[in-house]
Amino acid sequence: MAERLKASEKFKRDRVPMREQDPKERIKNFDEVPYGYSLEEAIAEAQRCLQCNPAPCIEGCPADVHIPQFIDKILDEDIEGAFREIKLTNALPAICGRVCPQEEQCEEKCVMNKKGKPIAIGRLERFVADWAREHGIVDKPIEEGTKKNKKVAIVGSGPAGLACAADLANLGYDVTIFEALHKPGGVLIYGIPEFRLPKSIVQYEVDQVKKLGVKIYTDYVIGYIKTVDELVEEYDAVFLANGAGAPSFLGIPGENLNGVYSASEFLTRSNLMRAFDFPEYDTPIKVGKRVVVIGGGNVAMDAVRTAKRLGAEEAIIVYRRSRAEMPARAEEIEHAEAEGIKFELLTNPVRVIGDENGNVKGLECVRMELGEPDESGRRRPVPIEGSNFVMDVDNVIIAIGQNANPIVARTATGVETNKWGYFIADEETGKTTHPKVWAGGDIVTGAATVILAVGAGKKAAKSIHETLSKEG
Amino acid sequence: MARILKKEQWSETIFSMLIDAKDVAKASKAGQFIILIPRDHGERVPLTIADANPTEGWVQIVFQVVGKSTLELSRMNEGDELYSFVGPLGMPSEVEKFDGKVVMIGGGIGIAPIHPIAKALKELGNHVISIIGARTADLLIMEDKMKDASTELIVATDDGSKGKKGFVNLVLEELLATEADNVSRIWAIGPPIMMKACVESAKKFNKPIIVSLNPIMVDGTGMCGACRVTVGGETKFACVDGPEFDGALVDFDELIARQRYYADQEKKALELYKAKEGIA
Repeated sequence: MAERLKASEKFKRDRVPMREQDPKERIKNFDEVPYGYSLEEAIAEAQRCLQCNPAPCIEGCPADVHIPQFIDKILDEDIEGAFREIKLTNALPAICGRVCPQEEQCEEKCVMNKKGKPIAIGRLERFVADWAREHGIVDKPIEEGTKKNKKVAIVGSGPAGLACAADLANLGYDVTIFEALHKPGGVLIYGIPEFRLPKSIVQYEVDQVKKLGVKIYTDYVIGYIKTVDELVEEYDAVFLANGAGAPSFLGIPGENLNGVYSASEFLTRSNLMRAFDFPEYDTPIKVGKRVVVIGGGNVAMDAVRTAKRLGAEEAIIVYRRSRAEMPARAEEIEHAEAEGIKFELLTNPVRVIGDENGNVKGLECVRMELGEPDESGRRRPVPIEGSNFVMDVDNVIIAIGQNANPIVARTATGVETNKWGYFIADEETGKTTHPKVWAGGDIVTGAATVILAVGAGKKAAKSIHETLSKEG
Repeated sequence: MARILKKEQWSETIFSMLIDAKDVAKASKAGQFIILIPRDHGERVPLTIADANPTEGWVQIVFQVVGKSTLELSRMNEGDELYSFVGPLGMPSEVEKFDGKVVMIGGGIGIAPIHPIAKALKELGNHVISIIGARTADLLIMEDKMKDASTELIVATDDGSKGKKGFVNLVLEELLATEADNVSRIWAIGPPIMMKACVESAKKFNKPIIVSLNPIMVDGTGMCGACRVTVGGETKFACVDGPEFDGALVDFDELIARQRYYADQEKKALELYKAKEGIA
């Protein structure tokens, strides 16, 4: 049992830092950057929690994790208990603890913000989940008595699909997930790099969801092998969580030259296909001396840091606005800077230049200045006439966003989409325009965060349960 | 799932396999493809469906050994399980009953993917003239199956070791010289250089020609754009918008350049695999 501190003592304590790999070393490998808390560090951080009731941090968590309760169990040194507390509402704690933007969620609401730094809730959640995994603490199987004679189909095994599946399985439903790729996890497996989210951990959490009785069919593309209409016939409810996986291109000349990648292709090769370990793995990837990544979001940071690790001498972000408007997490931008990533801000690509073999050799850009705010509230970047210049580059990676992929939607009769191809679904319930179909995650909102997808999956599970319960 | 039911070697480098994949067989239509990974650590390899039997539950793939993955696949045996097998993918061919005759051209390994389209067209009552060609007689495949799927079959080899001597596009031109007025549509599948030549020949007679493109693919479901091609000045993803396109609009030079991007790494992977497996 760890000592409970008085409030005055809590305020005096600093947030416990998380140890991480030295930037000079980590740019040579794909190992995870932060090491995570030790038990002692976790307890020291947990001691800072004020144990508010009601707790504003819970309001900030889309998965409704019982935060003060699990932190209190850490102080009891009952880490298994803390794990069970988290697992009541969140099926993917090792993942969420790593990749959630806590500074905009639970930690933003933390009362400690007023006096100093918030409780490191994400790091504590991660500690508990990692401890449970290392100690073989697994989910309890569903009790026979709770089984219901109702079947739910879920399209996509990303965070929204997994969260929905886990909640429904816990309620006793017979759940089947259909996944297009050969491995489940969606963006967790193909998008987020190993150095931020080790794939063995994703696999472990997916296996835990399977232990709840959820069936996952991989290599199964809904829209081709089976239509959504057929799923509606065969199942009591269908949850569409196929994400926003189609890449956007810039539409500038030279974009189809060799050496130009979408961030999705670049990251899929490296993460899912493990091209960083070529020729041990068969999928190749090509990175030259100078690599430019276009964009300012988390995907751009993931791509540029991956390029550096694949041996680029210079890996450069080209972003059309200024640093203040960058959508990437502050922590990711800082990690990138520590790893020697260069930033060309207020810069926009105009044309990719190729050599006689059709390979990239340069990128023509134009400098930008910020004008009046646009509809998103951010100041609109405007090109400065005559400021064009050419960068010598070997690769261009485009990370300017994703779109809805139409394969699923075109076989879903009666499920309406908006003009961008995203499903129209109620924000609170995930209900679509079809009475047996729910949708959630990026395929409703457009590319967003893992935790919002988890939240959407949970809301849909609740709504599906309510609807199917009424049917009796 | 995805067990190799039957394996045949058709030439020194060409193999046929029937894969146990009931759901894929049931859903597949002419013109579609699958993606497989032979073994763990492998890469995703796209192959067009050569035939499918929904009753018996198999899908036929035909492939030529050109690199590490196809060599590894060729060394797998009946009863072995593929690590991954997904399909059907891509848009089906637009098959219908045409007013005039249709001409189907298959070059080399491209005879395999032209087969299901010819078969579907013939079943719809079309008069199907097929031209199949290869470098030499040993590399000519599926002659009997193509005979069944066609009303007329013309065989050609580059060296004249079987059938007519010469490239398939020249055979096409010869045919169009007399038949052009009766031909409604042409399909050509084979190496890009062959398809490009056939498109040029068709253009001379102002005949519409469909080609099936084979760019590098990764996921095959429209998620990455590795397979992007320029068609009529627009970027298209071959995996979801194709693989079939109007041949007259395709930028073949760009396609050929993009196919070569990983040549060095492909060579290295093949050499290492051969050394490891003790293959000469």
